[in-house]
Amino acid sequence: MALAESPQPLLQVRDLKVHFPLRGAHKDATVKAVDGISFDVPAGRTVAIVGESGCGKSTTAYAVLGLEKPTSGQVLFDGRDITHLRGRDRQALASEMQIVFQDPSAALDPKMTIGDSVAEPLAIAGRPRQERRRRVAELLDRVGLSQTFAARLPNALSGGQRQRVVIARALALSPRLLVLDEPVSALDVSIRSQILNLLLELQRDLGLTYLFISHDLSVVRHIADDALVLYLGTIAERGPVDALFEAPRHPYTQALLSAIPLPDPARQRRRERIVLKGELPSALDPPVGCPFIGRCPISIDRCARVRPPLVPCPTGTEAACHVRAPADGGVVGL
Amino acid sequence: MNAAEPVLAMRDVAIEIGGARVVDGVSITASAGRIVALVGESGCGKSLTALSILRLLPKAARFTGGTVELGGRVLSAMSEEQLAGVRGDEVAIIFQEPIASLNPLMRAGEQVEEALRLHRGLGSAEARREAIAMMTRVGISDAERRAEQYPFELSGGMCQRIMIAAALICRPKLLIADEPTTALDVTIQAQILDLMRDLRQSAGTAILVITHDMGVVADLADDVCIMYGGRIVESGPVDAIFEEPRHPYTKLLLATIPKLDGPRKVDLKTIAGVVPAAGTWPDGCRFRNRCPLADEACATVPPLVEVGPDHDTACWHSTRVAELA
Ligand SMILES: Nc1ncnc2c1ncn2[C@@H]1O[C@H](COP(=O)(O)OP(=O)(O)OP(=O)(O)O)[C@@H](O)[C@H]1O
Ligand SMILES: Nc1ncnc2c1ncn2[C@@H]1O[C@H](COP(=O)(O)OP(=O)(O)OP(=O)(O)O)[C@@H](O)[C@H]1O
Ligand code: SF4
Ligand SMILES: [Mg+2]
Ligand SMILES: [Mg+2]
Repeated sequence: MALAESPQPLLQVRDLKVHFPLRGAHKDATVKAVDGISFDVPAGRTVAIVGESGCGKSTTAYAVLGLEKPTSGQVLFDGRDITHLRGRDRQALASEMQIVFQDPSAALDPKMTIGDSVAEPLAIAGRPRQERRRRVAELLDRVGLSQTFAARLPNALSGGQRQRVVIARALALSPRLLVLDEPVSALDVSIRSQILNLLLELQRDLGLTYLFISHDLSVVRHIADDALVLYLGTIAERGPVDALFEAPRHPYTQALLSAIPLPDPARQRRRERIVLKGELPSALDPPVGCPFIGRCPISIDRCARVRPPLVPCPTGTEAACHVRAPADGGVVGL
Repeated sequence: MNAAEPVLAMRDVAIEIGGARVVDGVSITASAGRIVALVGESGCGKSLTALSILRLLPKAARFTGGTVELGGRVLSAMSEEQLAGVRGDEVAIIFQEPIASLNPLMRAGEQVEEALRLHRGLGSAEARREAIAMMTRVGISDAERRAEQYPFELSGGMCQRIMIAAALICRPKLLIADEPTTALDVTIQAQILDLMRDLRQSAGTAILVITHDMGVVADLADDVCIMYGGRIVESGPVDAIFEEPRHPYTKLLLATIPKLDGPRKVDLKTIAGVVPAAGTWPDGCRFRNRCPLADEACATVPPLVEVGPDHDTACWHSTRVAELA
């Protein structure tokens, strides 16, 4: 009998860095958009990337998809190094991974019928017309749109319907991994839950794997298994969603969670909020030590000098904080 | 201004665009020191309602009925000149699109100071000092340097905060804030919401805040008006609205939001159908083609009726809303 081994994650990201050199006035400067992050996405699960504007969520996703060139590090899909795949080899990966962007209106060609848009990846892959037509019918059905939509143009659809079309198109080649970059942020509140339900249903039925990007922590908690909290291109904390939301260890995660207003006035009045000072520093000139130091309420001397590594905490997450997750296991400072 | 008089009283305001009544009989009252939230989905008429207060409606829109009063004075009857004296001084407005509403040719600091110089006659050194202080309070670090920059040199979130600083600096009697924090990160949003609470406390400002975020409503508002298809469908004190909503739309809207302490990965409640475009609403109750309680009665427009202390709803079946668990 074969030894039980944990199956290989579908996606592995190893010490990924994406730096943008700047020209012009800031000669020699680099924007460290993603600065050394590692994570796994197991098959059939949802891993979320959360964090504030500019922290590197989209850049991470683009590097995974080969839309942005990593400065260093590795991206493995199914164990195979795809970091530097380009051209035809990258094209072949379209049947394995697809992306859904935030704004469904920008993602659809206004002059193309819905049917043609959904069939586009099939046409590029050289599938015969007959098969394309059948598949489009299947896909529209799958995302809860009636067949009559196939002949319409995008402007005749609501935002939520357009996002269904974009999802149908992403599913056309039966990919295993969907990268979802803020898929519900542009949608009306009453439509958001329809799309979240659809994503959950597709995952249950098709065994899809999601890399789910969002700044909305309530949505992330609802849909994801694991989450990474990014701050200035680095992981501040990561772990299973339960542990992360119930027992966050990193002061940034704690502040972020405490800042989400709950849709419950009575509880909201009783809540203690951790107010952060200052704002997200620029990725142009990140601090040497802990990226969070400028806003951290509990920093110690060491934080200014040494970048904290991700260290497992007894509460189930891994945090990058000298105070809350000291590398030697002892308690520093306090 | 008479203390007993509400700061803002809108009565039966109607606005038409191309023959469609996109705002249909809206009444909103805000007293000194109260925060009223106007909530609803995209296109339901929130911004037009707010813009009509200072007569800033877009060309396509016509104010076709109703009155707007500010401390007992009828704004809708004022001359342009009189109104100009009110804008930016007694009434400040934070627009939904910060980039579009800042002057691209003016440095950020000057825009924050403007109201002080215009309405308060402050000298430039003093105005600058106050502007820098206010910019710092809205969470802009390095405010002195930022004050010298032009809008195009600043991020969207930064422009938003410049506009907020410009609006708050005169400590207005009425602040109209259209989605003031939607473009901002939650940690910055928390700072801005604190600042608005502070303003109402210290200056007794009445605040009309427009948002679609029920978390912000719960955090900030005293009273809530829920809008659907150009009409107020429910209004009341914040606790009543969240604990005992009496309109099906309010009830369902609250139920669709994933909760931070709710079960994970289960199907969320949904509202059937799509948000209708302006002018394509059904006759009678405009929610009826999406409403699970709708029947023949709903083909007639339901009036706003009192269902609790200061709590009104416009639904023929408001007693059955609790069934929609
Ligand atoms: N092509 C580029 N050249 C220079 N800087 C870039 C480029 N693309 C992104 N950046 C910078 O990299 C950082 C990370 O950007 P990214 O788009 O990944 O953030 P994000 O987390 O997706 O933010 P948002 O929530 O606003 O979408 C930002 O500081 C951004 O300005
Ligand atoms: N300048 C304009 N020309 C034509 N129609 C307009 C104009 N401004 C608004 N409308 C229409 O009037 C209706 C109400 O618009 P309004 O801007 O008040 O909505 P809103 O509730 O503020 O929505 P959002 O949440 O998207 O800001 C919408 O259907 C909109 O399409
Ligand atoms: S009036 Fe009728 S359609 Fe409108 S909300 Fe009430 S039950 Fe629903
Ligand atoms: Mg992004
Ligand atoms: Mg608006």
